[in-house]
Amino acid sequence: MACRQLWASRAASYLRISVFHRSFSNVLNDLKYADSHEWVKVDGNSATVGITDHAQDHLGEVVYVELPEVGATVTQGEGFGAAESVKATSDINSPVSGKVVEVNEKLTSSPALVNTSPYKDGWIIKVEMSDSGELNNLMDSEKYSKFCEEEDSNH
Amino acid sequence: MRGGLWQLGQSITRRLAQGDKKAVARRYFASDAELKKTVVYDFHVANGGKMVPFAGWSMPIQYKDSIMDSTLNCRENGSLFDVSHMCGLSLKGKDSVPFLEKLVIADVAGLAPGTGSLTVFTNEKGGAIDDSVITKVKDDHIYLVVNAGCRDKDLAHIEEHMKAFKAKGGDVSWHIHDERSLLALQIFGCCVIAHSFAPTSCYLFSHDLVMVLLLLRFLQHLTKADLSKMYFGGFQVLDINGVQCFLTRTGYTGEDGFEISIPSESAVDLAKAILEKSEGKIRLTGLGARDSLRLEAGLCLYGNDLEQHITPIEAGLTWAIGKRRRAEGGFLGADVILKQLEEGPKIRRVGFFSSGPPPRSHSEIQDEGGNNIGEVTSGGFSPCLKKNIAIGYVKSGLHKAGTKVKIIIRGKSNEGVVTKMPFVPTKYYKPS
Repeated sequence: MACRQLWASRAASYLRISVFHRSFSNVLNDLKYADSHEWVKVDGNSATVGITDHAQDHLGEVVYVELPEVGATVTQGEGFGAAESVKATSDINSPVSGKVVEVNEKLTSSPALVNTSPYKDGWIIKVEMSDSGELNNLMDSEKYSKFCEEEDSNH
Repeated sequence: MRGGLWQLGQSITRRLAQGDKKAVARRYFASDAELKKTVVYDFHVANGGKMVPFAGWSMPIQYKDSIMDSTLNCRENGSLFDVSHMCGLSLKGKDSVPFLEKLVIADVAGLAPGTGSLTVFTNEKGGAIDDSVITKVKDDHIYLVVNAGCRDKDLAHIEEHMKAFKAKGGDVSWHIHDERSLLALQIFGCCVIAHSFAPTSCYLFSHDLVMVLLLLRFLQHLTKADLSKMYFGGFQVLDINGVQCFLTRTGYTGEDGFEISIPSESAVDLAKAILEKSEGKIRLTGLGARDSLRLEAGLCLYGNDLEQHITPIEAGLTWAIGKRRRAEGGFLGADVILKQLEEGPKIRRVGFFSSGPPPRSHSEIQDEGGNNIGEVTSGGFSPCLKKNIAIGYVKSGLHKAGTKVKIIIRGKSNEGVVTKMPFVPTKYYKPS
């Protein structure tokens, strides 16, 4: 027997609930963060985007990353892809607006890079930003750490 | 109940059954939005359990192990699950068999005492109210377990029909085992031990063999019963460490193992003993992995793969309708079901492999021409197979293994193919 439950949608939100707290998720100082747990690293007009260590910790082992096409337009705060774990699907929102100029094709065969190396090998897209002023809408590492602590303690 | 195992909270009493004279006390807790807690709750939290709402209960979806690792370990070594949220009950009385046969599709009369089977409670249209494992203890005693999420409607359904049955002079009463807790222990390789005198059947490494042997001896030492003669579906009432337990050789993972119904005050002690004796091989495992395991085994999840509007025939559970009952009917919705048996159903439950993102419930299924032919009801990534698997319903005629389909996920079409189930072979302990 098994119980009535819509695993996909409910598990996605429940798996974001942390009953116990890790000492801390890894948060890097030179990045900007969105409240939907993506990071962005800026180099001139180019932005590299991925999900944070906090996000991958809650999601669990990622088995598939849905990637956009090169040339696609992304908008700050809107979804451009998804990360799938065994039990849950999580949208990935873009922290910046612009055009996708590169995607991390390694994630097609090695999606778990998002877990093992969220800030380096597990990057997801590179964006040519259309409005760098949007970066002011994002959090720095200190604010983001506080945000994660508050989010965890609210459950 | 031990004070230490229960947090402070409100106590609400309600009468659940006419036949059960005593009121059943149920504890609700203001915290966790009124979720119920099993007696093993604190043990879960102490062991790193991530507790989530599930059918009105606060249940562990996973522990420190990832869902992936827990699933693999269950198949490689073993798992211990708390399934106390599920509802166990006993029907007693000389007419308990004919009474139950009005409500389920199984040939209950044909069950040998001490054996059980998966069955389906049907409604008047032949749809599934719930699936359940029923066990005949004796000719006048049936023990069954129903899904947590269906408990209220199942009990109301049984009560309604029991009233009518007794009004006509039928002899049946019931007891809801709320004083008990249910642990599910799944053990890889258990069956090997029973045949360990046949060297060619031993395919475990020696250390694992010793571990499994110790665990089986542990269980047998506690029970003094010969578990090697207890096959899949078997049931015994026996003492484990001086405590009366109901032992059913079953599980919902595809693995060999036991469901152990134990008085709640002893449940944590038994859980600890099992984990300690197995030296870390048997791991506490949450409902997330349990769902992956049952999906890999091709088993139905009520609420996803089974619903009130889906018949056992459509769900591929024709095998669960006993031969005599196919001839006689006598259960609710028999006219619909027997007609489907004769003519074939319009839709059928099938398995799928697919590429791209893992399918989830409600993903549309199309034929290669882009026409809608059905819907996914369960799906995900299989930890054992390392690929996407899904269960869903398609129109009859398109259900043959090898049929190519498209599965639509977030507006995109992905290649899929119909396949037989189980996806991962089952390892039930059966007479050879």
